[in-house]
Amino acid sequence: MGEVIVVTSGKGGVGKTTTTANVGTGLAMLDKKVVLIDTDIGLRNLDVIMGLENRIVYNLVDVIEGTCRIRNALIKDKRYPNLYLLPSAQTRDKNAVTPEQMRKLADELRDEFDYIIMDCPAGIEQGFKNAIAGADRALVVTTPEVSAVRDADRIIGLLEANEMKQTHLIVNRIRMDMVKRGDMMSSDDVCEILAIDLIGIVPDDESIVISANQGEPLVGNESLAGRAYLNICKRILGEEVPFLDLDEKQSIFGKLFGRRKK
Amino acid sequence: MGFSDFFKKKGTGSIAKDRLKLVLVSDRAGCSPEIMEQIKNDIIAVISKYIEIDLEGLDIKITQMESESNNGSVPALFANIPIKDLKSPKK
Repeated sequence: MGEVIVVTSGKGGVGKTTTTANVGTGLAMLDKKVVLIDTDIGLRNLDVIMGLENRIVYNLVDVIEGTCRIRNALIKDKRYPNLYLLPSAQTRDKNAVTPEQMRKLADELRDEFDYIIMDCPAGIEQGFKNAIAGADRALVVTTPEVSAVRDADRIIGLLEANEMKQTHLIVNRIRMDMVKRGDMMSSDDVCEILAIDLIGIVPDDESIVISANQGEPLVGNESLAGRAYLNICKRILGEEVPFLDLDEKQSIFGKLFGRRKK
Repeated sequence: MGFSDFFKKKGTGSIAKDRLKLVLVSDRAGCSPEIMEQIKNDIIAVISKYIEIDLEGLDIKITQMESESNNGSVPALFANIPIKDLKSPKK
């Protein structure tokens, strides 16, 4: 029986789609059968981040409306044998789908896949409700900025109100140089404010931009971000993985992990 | 921000954290600025019956306070109301 995970944030541009692509690809690398669903109807992005934009025939709305069968709409990623994408529709709007339909779709996919990962649109309206409807677990992505953290707090409240079973935090785009000189909140600070469990810290890394340019998720490669994403995947699978030391000299993240273990 | 912030670590990161804590308390309480304004006006009206207060220096906000009974912080209404003059009963 597969698990449905929604990647959400409230604020736009904090890295939901990048997180979805890398976590999904990473889980597939760890031999799990994974389907990524882009639920951002009208603003489809996950396909280009995954580098699968030229292979789209059918989309999420086609599946929901019964124009095609699920298996016809799923794009198989040739780089990984266990990875599939269900792209969003570009020419429709968010009201083309209801939360009940999304829940039904997720439940149908549970039999065949280990992980069904929903890439949630920004905002708290219909698209958000659709994306979280069938989910067992939420990954809340934020950056160490006041606006992103505030929106994440709102999202966490809404997830609680919708009785989400598990909610974990990913702090994205940490810049250790700025944290060190006191000009950026640390992942510790963000975690303390939001008061939910941290599952990943991803550094602000040039290689993310390069990977997006190429349409190839960087999870699992030697970059710090690539390693951070693979660690998130392992933690999703229940492994205890220490947080990466993003700053070898001062080891703020080692300190953070030590504190969390108490 | 109060004078206690003066002693805290510098850097805009801690400013961000302090601002966030405040904004989230009122976000979570669902207390709108309009309601805060009404509370403030009512408090002024009541206290002004007895004491002359400094309206300029008046500060009322919802903040976090360490709870005495159960450990952890709870939201609290914080009011800093400088007194100009204690009114004599007959004025």
